[in-house]
Amino acid sequence: MSIRERMSGNEAIATAMRQINPDVFAMFPITPSTEIPQYFAQYVADGRVDTEFICVESEHSSLSACLGAEAAGCRAVTATSSAGLSYMNEVLYVAGSLRLPVVLAVACRALTGPININHDYSDSLAARDSGFIQLYAENNQEVYDNYLMAHRIAEHPDVRLPLMVCEDGFITSHAIENIELEEDALVRAFVGQYRPENYLLKKENPLAVGPYGVSAYYMEARVAQAQAMKNAKRVILEVAADFEAHFGRSYSFFESYRMEDAEIAMVLMGSSAGTAKACVDELRESGVKAGLIKLRVFRPFPGEELAEALKSCKAVAVLDKSEGFSAMGGPLFAETASACINLDKRPKMIEIVYGLGGRDFTVDAARSVYERLERIASTGEIGEVYTHMGQRE
Amino acid sequence: MAYNLKEEMNKEERFHSGHRLCAGCGAGIVCRAMMRAVDPEDRAVICNATGCLEVSSFQYPYTAWEDSYIHTAFENASATASGVEAAYRVMKRKGRLAEDEHVKILAIGGDGGTYDIGFQSLSGAFERGHDFTYFCYDNNAYMNTGTQRSSATPRFASATTTPAGTESVGKKQVQKDLTRIMVAHGSPYVAQTTLFGTMKDFHEKAHRAIYTEGPTFVNVLTPCPRGWQYPADELIDICKAAIDTCVWPLYEVVDGEYRLTYEPKKKLPVEEFMSKQGRFRHCFKPGNEWTIEAAQEYVDRKWEELLALCK
Repeated sequence: MSIRERMSGNEAIATAMRQINPDVFAMFPITPSTEIPQYFAQYVADGRVDTEFICVESEHSSLSACLGAEAAGCRAVTATSSAGLSYMNEVLYVAGSLRLPVVLAVACRALTGPININHDYSDSLAARDSGFIQLYAENNQEVYDNYLMAHRIAEHPDVRLPLMVCEDGFITSHAIENIELEEDALVRAFVGQYRPENYLLKKENPLAVGPYGVSAYYMEARVAQAQAMKNAKRVILEVAADFEAHFGRSYSFFESYRMEDAEIAMVLMGSSAGTAKACVDELRESGVKAGLIKLRVFRPFPGEELAEALKSCKAVAVLDKSEGFSAMGGPLFAETASACINLDKRPKMIEIVYGLGGRDFTVDAARSVYERLERIASTGEIGEVYTHMGQRE
Repeated sequence: MAYNLKEEMNKEERFHSGHRLCAGCGAGIVCRAMMRAVDPEDRAVICNATGCLEVSSFQYPYTAWEDSYIHTAFENASATASGVEAAYRVMKRKGRLAEDEHVKILAIGGDGGTYDIGFQSLSGAFERGHDFTYFCYDNNAYMNTGTQRSSATPRFASATTTPAGTESVGKKQVQKDLTRIMVAHGSPYVAQTTLFGTMKDFHEKAHRAIYTEGPTFVNVLTPCPRGWQYPADELIDICKAAIDTCVWPLYEVVDGEYRLTYEPKKKLPVEEFMSKQGRFRHCFKPGNEWTIEAAQEYVDRKWEELLALCK
């Protein structure tokens, strides 16, 4: 039986961690992810987990310690945000290339310049090519569920890649919402144990990890890693199917909301989806064929599936909560547009950068986007492809 | 048990030949001796910082290491070792490793990966008290990238980023005294050694460090023929000159108590150390005599300080 509770996204993650009882948790505090290790420290203090909990001196070291622990044969976790994720950046790539399935919880927060503690995806999306799988969530329930699926995806023998469970800083990490938790025993049975085939502490067979890879070998390692990311697509769906069989909640690469006959659609990620869905419902009542795609899996990017979902639309707006400074839009737009490039009949597509540093996203703002899409659909005129929304003029 | 070189050399090698370190490099000698200091019945995990040693000893698909080995990056050998040590403890606690199994966790890095970029990670791991031993093979500069100065480079050494020239007599600053900084962390065992004689001094310190519970540190002066500019066969002579001039005094600190482990019968002038190496060649040019005097003054002062600590 599910347990009805109410809690924040951070507590939901910490709860999932407690239920999973990882071997090693290496922590370093940064807003707004700090509560995750704080809750966990209390679980350690109260004997509710028997995790080795180490308080390191930086995020670079927290992920490095996780790599040491994973290579040694353990399940290792950590959490961070913003500058902390940037500081880890070098080690993120090492994690991917060493094929060590660390699970990293990210309470997504703007990167500094100016310093800001609120939500956008400039931290996690800057790390999009690091070799981590990335799962995003609309609310605390999805964060919790993603976390329960995370280890099984990351540790699958065909994948063996690190994984980020992303939540929206403050909006999801701190807001208290209703949630359905699963029983500890059922969670442990679903997640299972981590028992890698080879590891540093294995008695029978010493292991060497992290070689110097000269040109004659480097590319093979990278191609194998790329294949693992492709394999992750299949595994993500398999784990989601098993999750649904166990707990009844259904997940895929993305959620298609009222997309069946949609002529205009938005593509976005995270908590903004709740706001945009309210707008879609309003528009549907007035006869506008509006729909929404909420991306859950950014890495691996589900390009084929997304193109299939968008192919019948006349006009699509991609909403990026990250300014990529490419001068032609953010990462979600670039990836969505490239996913659609080989469609015989493509929707017109615009890019809107919004919500940076916690700037509010409202139903009115969503409506203005759909109004633009209606004009594009009816006239065929795109106008400016790449714009910003919600800033002072 | 008394140190016996023959018995030590009869042990099975745990750092094999075939690695790609230069002829006359001290790092390979450090690794062989470090692994001889792990009792044959015990296993080890070596956590190596990026550097000459890493690229020379584990070039895919070959490894010189008999024991388990991990390299992740340059500045995080101590953090990686912290994770391995945490894993070791939790796996024992959860019954996934037998109680009577002993795995020694060793970290090793050059002076760049230890004194400089790896210092935060090193300091953090020592403050937390992980049970591991850190070996620094201190060759006084960033050798893997071509002899750039580090905080371990001695004053007046010509490095590629502090070259001697018409307006320069090499590096301006004295080296960081990392050994004493590690003592200040409250480590139960810290030692300085180098490569000479029968390797008795190295072996005894390495063994004691490895078999002392908690974070322990061994700083090994490890000449580099490329950076220090000496003929490969003079490696051991240079180490001997370093200890006989007191440029690199041999001592250990047990629970905060300093103990000198070697006192030269006759303390030699610093020229004996400097003149053997091309990196100090400019110091012997007419008009630069003052550099040798200044180097001598610094060595004398540090030596007196150490003697006072050892009283």
